[in-house]
Amino acid sequence: MMQALSNMQNYLWLIPALPLLGAIVNGLFGRRLSTAFVSALAISTVTVSSVLSVMAFFAVRLVAHGAPMVTSLGSWFAIDRYGVAMNFMVDPLSSVMILVVTIVSTLIHIYSVGYMKGDPGYHRYFAYLNLFVFAMLVLVMGDNLVLMFVGWEGVGLCSYLLIGFWFTDEEKAIAGKKAFVVNRIGDFGFLLGIILLFHYAGTVDFAGLREVAPHFDVAAGTLTVITLLLFLGACGKSAQIPLYVWLPDAMAGPTPVSALIHAATMVTAGVYMVCRLSFMFALAPVTMGVIAGIGTLTALFAATIGLAQNDIKKVLAYSTVSQLGYMFAAAGVAAFSAGMFHLVTHAFFKACLFMCAGSVIHALSGEQDIGKMGGLSAKLPDTRFTFLVSTIAIAGFPPLSGFFSKDEILWLAFTSRNPAIPGLNYAVWAGLAITAFLTALYMFRLYYMVFTGGYAGHAHPHESPKVMTWPLVILAAVTMVLGFIGLPAWLEHPVEKAFVAVHGLFSKAPWSYPNFGHFISSSFYAQGSNFGFAEFSHAAEIGFTLFSIGIAVAGWYTAKRLYAGRTSAVPERLAERAGGLYRGAVAKWYVDEIYDAIIVKPFWAVSRALHQLVDVFIIDTLMVNGPAYIAQGTGYVLKFWQNGNVQRYLAAILVGAGVVVYVLLKG
Amino acid sequence: MLGIVTFLPLAGAAGLLLVPAAEAGIARAVAMVFSLASAVASFIVLYHFEPGYAGMQYEVDVSWLSHPTVSYHMGIDGISLFLVLLTTVLTPVVILSTWSAIKDRVREFMVCMLMLETGMLGAFLALDMFLFFLFWELMLIPMYLIIGVWGGERRIYASVKFFIYTALGSVFMLLAILFMYWKSADPQTGARTFDVLRLYGVTFAPGEQRFLFLAMGLAFAIKVPMFPFHTWLPDAHVEAPTAGSVILAAVLLKMGTYGFLRFAMPLFPDAAWEFMPWVAGIAVVGIIYGAMMALVQKDLKKLVAYSSISHLGLVMIGICSLGVTGMTGAVYQMLNHGVSTGGLFLMVGVLYERRHTRLIAEYGGLAGVVPRAAAVFLVICLSSIGLPGTNGFVGEFLTLMGSFVAPVFNFAMIGGRWFVYLAATGVVLGAVYMLWAYQKVMFGPVTNDANKGLPDLSSREMLVFVPVLFLIFYMGIHTTFFTDRIAPSVTPIAARMTDHTGFDLGKTRPDLTPATLMRLKERLQPGQGGER
Repeated sequence: MMQALSNMQNYLWLIPALPLLGAIVNGLFGRRLSTAFVSALAISTVTVSSVLSVMAFFAVRLVAHGAPMVTSLGSWFAIDRYGVAMNFMVDPLSSVMILVVTIVSTLIHIYSVGYMKGDPGYHRYFAYLNLFVFAMLVLVMGDNLVLMFVGWEGVGLCSYLLIGFWFTDEEKAIAGKKAFVVNRIGDFGFLLGIILLFHYAGTVDFAGLREVAPHFDVAAGTLTVITLLLFLGACGKSAQIPLYVWLPDAMAGPTPVSALIHAATMVTAGVYMVCRLSFMFALAPVTMGVIAGIGTLTALFAATIGLAQNDIKKVLAYSTVSQLGYMFAAAGVAAFSAGMFHLVTHAFFKACLFMCAGSVIHALSGEQDIGKMGGLSAKLPDTRFTFLVSTIAIAGFPPLSGFFSKDEILWLAFTSRNPAIPGLNYAVWAGLAITAFLTALYMFRLYYMVFTGGYAGHAHPHESPKVMTWPLVILAAVTMVLGFIGLPAWLEHPVEKAFVAVHGLFSKAPWSYPNFGHFISSSFYAQGSNFGFAEFSHAAEIGFTLFSIGIAVAGWYTAKRLYAGRTSAVPERLAERAGGLYRGAVAKWYVDEIYDAIIVKPFWAVSRALHQLVDVFIIDTLMVNGPAYIAQGTGYVLKFWQNGNVQRYLAAILVGAGVVVYVLLKG
Repeated sequence: MLGIVTFLPLAGAAGLLLVPAAEAGIARAVAMVFSLASAVASFIVLYHFEPGYAGMQYEVDVSWLSHPTVSYHMGIDGISLFLVLLTTVLTPVVILSTWSAIKDRVREFMVCMLMLETGMLGAFLALDMFLFFLFWELMLIPMYLIIGVWGGERRIYASVKFFIYTALGSVFMLLAILFMYWKSADPQTGARTFDVLRLYGVTFAPGEQRFLFLAMGLAFAIKVPMFPFHTWLPDAHVEAPTAGSVILAAVLLKMGTYGFLRFAMPLFPDAAWEFMPWVAGIAVVGIIYGAMMALVQKDLKKLVAYSSISHLGLVMIGICSLGVTGMTGAVYQMLNHGVSTGGLFLMVGVLYERRHTRLIAEYGGLAGVVPRAAAVFLVICLSSIGLPGTNGFVGEFLTLMGSFVAPVFNFAMIGGRWFVYLAATGVVLGAVYMLWAYQKVMFGPVTNDANKGLPDLSSREMLVFVPVLFLIFYMGIHTTFFTDRIAPSVTPIAARMTDHTGFDLGKTRPDLTPATLMRLKERLQPGQGGER
């Protein structure tokens, strides 16, 4: 076993290569292959990748002891002094990430077999999905920023293709295009960030950058500009203010795609990038302040919208935006481990929530309006159970995974100290705490509206096939236990003691309690960073934890009073009373309309005007055709003098001579 | 060998005159055979091309006229190598694409195509200004005929506009060439020369350089085309038959950028150094302006034409950077544009042949009707907007990076590095218009009954696209194959620019630390290689 693990380094490239193979075969020949073969190929490639990922994870943990393992596939570009190698790297951070990506992908591939059954684009769907996994793995495993950018754009492409998967619906195609274009705005920042780093640091390898980063003159602001540009990229991909607008529209894609790409994996790439480059971000306190601020704002802002949406997928989409804000807030206060931990727990429970939503939509033949649901708990027992587990997790109830990750972020946000912006931590903490309340509220609202009360629709709900429910059960199970690898400090010690004692009864081998933070922290070493966390007693920490639980309970209780059984009239009265506020939240605060009015429409109008004014009028009419007309006109006038009529020539000579004579005599 | 590559098509054209006018099939076959033979010959050149060597290879220098001194001087280096290959590969592809599109006067059309090919190849390979000018003018006539005879409704207007625009530039270029010849007199022997490599050694006075640079620059700027000399391009593209558009976009426009790189800049380095920031400024305007124009076009072909203006603006930025990375990126981007825009025009041609319209609004929902064409179109679009993994990304990245690190922009009177930031917005704008067009044509419901039941790509048409798709991915992944051959040849040009101007980094960049300054200086040293 250990032998296999130590050889793992040489096989790392297989992890992304296998899904690529699946994508190529299904993409080129899928139309001629049977659906059974298409799905078998797609699933098996991803499954083998996830097995290899598990091995890579243990290789990093047990063989390399946290040191990065690199495998090289040669040089990609080399010109002048700039080189980019095709190197893949697995270290604690990326090993965790590839685990999440491949495992969630595998489950969603399996689920898709049921969900996409009978779709005419079946092979296309699986080809895109495999291609996505490939691109995501390149993004995660790439050993330099350029390779990361390759994956970054690759997942963007797959997202575009899958959002617009049912392309005959123009609205879906437009949503796909919107996602791509908004992401491109972010990528513009990412690309410039890479170029600036190449210029100033001379390298874009992560190892090289880590070495160079402390030598940047922070006061000169170069690093701040670079990190802000990179963060712009992260804002695009991870749907943060001001670039979040594409994600809710992205729900036009098939629901498993929303679960995989627009909840669990791709949208977390921005968080991953900031964590990957933590050694640089942590040296730019202004950027960190911006990240924490934007993250908190986005978390709060999206939660308010989520509260008022009636489309089951839209609620979850805004919830994702909000939770991503949570992760950024964590990264922005230098709590990178906590941010990554929330990323991992979120990947599982949010994927589960989306797939449950898919199961509900499937059961109701495409209905997505929660106003037309209700009372589904009896009809869809498995879906309801897994949905409830995930809801409890995201709402932050112990001992489910979401509680631990969220509680840790809140605690670290409160105790953090940004050297450049004192007092920021309290604002971040307050914003996140309110968000936690709203999260519990809108999630339980969703749960009660969908699963309790009487059924308000006209379809014939039925539980989904096993191929769809089993992945749900697995995800829910992971959600239940995952939190225990990230216990708060005061709790970990006693728990570890207990576990070790129990373990000692069965085995003599040494054993240590797995701790997410300890394992991953070696990836976040930032030399020269001034970030710190204030010391508090365990009692204070316990107090904060109780407060977190209190928030969750308050959110749940409010939702229960308002929405359980769908009988209360309070929500409607509340909506009436709040008037403008409510309508604003329903209309997503008019952000799309505002962008349209101040950016999109003017840009088109200016383009159109320039075309008419500059190209058509100034250049073509005045400058190009103008001289032509003048030449033509001059010729037209002059031709009367040369029409070959001798009498007229004679007459002209006489007239001219007369004039000359007259002038001479006069003078 | 270069002579064989260049004149095989012309020989084919001569041979075609013996074919009876009615025998369209034979005419096509003859054209195909000769263009393929030229392609094979060019691959032999590639095979024996020595990478890493900066100077000219396969050089031939034979005296042609003694008074004035004109020589048949041809040679190939890393800059012209792939442009020649692009020409020889695309010509047979284009001829194949006309199989069903051109039905009238097939023989005459093929004569024009083959003459055009010789003109293009000769212009890329000529190292004598006089010879270059001959080939340059040789391209003009067949292209004029292709647009004017086989073009669309407004073909006469378009072809005349094309002709006059280009001829205007040619006049200035001819003046500049004659002036150079006159000034090139050796102080001892009094011998004058048109030879480019010898002219490199002549130092013109600053005032002369300015005039010469502007005169040649105008000719090349029209050809590129740079804003505001671009309006002939959309008209020419729209009216030209598909084959004409493809050649025009893929190869002819490169004459302009190639001219800057080979002639205007290294011949007049001081003037280039002086004017480059301005040229770059115009290029940035071109990038953004071209993209904005593309956005509002209703005609698919016009959209692609305006996108060309935007893309070539980026090429010009790379050239203006006067650095190895930027100029290599520019050459790469020239090839990319040839492949991807050539591909786009071929695709427009495929659609046009089926529906006889180029209006975007006439299409919609085609992805369900012609899935194979939709997939090919998508790949070409993605290459055009520079998605990593395709060729477009490599060129874009190298160009932008090279421009950013380029010293020339650091002390430019206008803009400085902001050029690069602005140029990079092309990344976003490109995605906007390209995906907009793709969505309008391919996605949505099939609303127009005429689009129902359109045939998908035939095997012949697939064969047309195979080389395009292959190049998109090959150039996107195996980049060093190209850069290893391009970079050594642009290195002396970059070195020449910095040598000639007594350029002192320390004065221009007081903000740099000594260590960075050292690194930058090293980067500016002339590279390996040099004349053999």
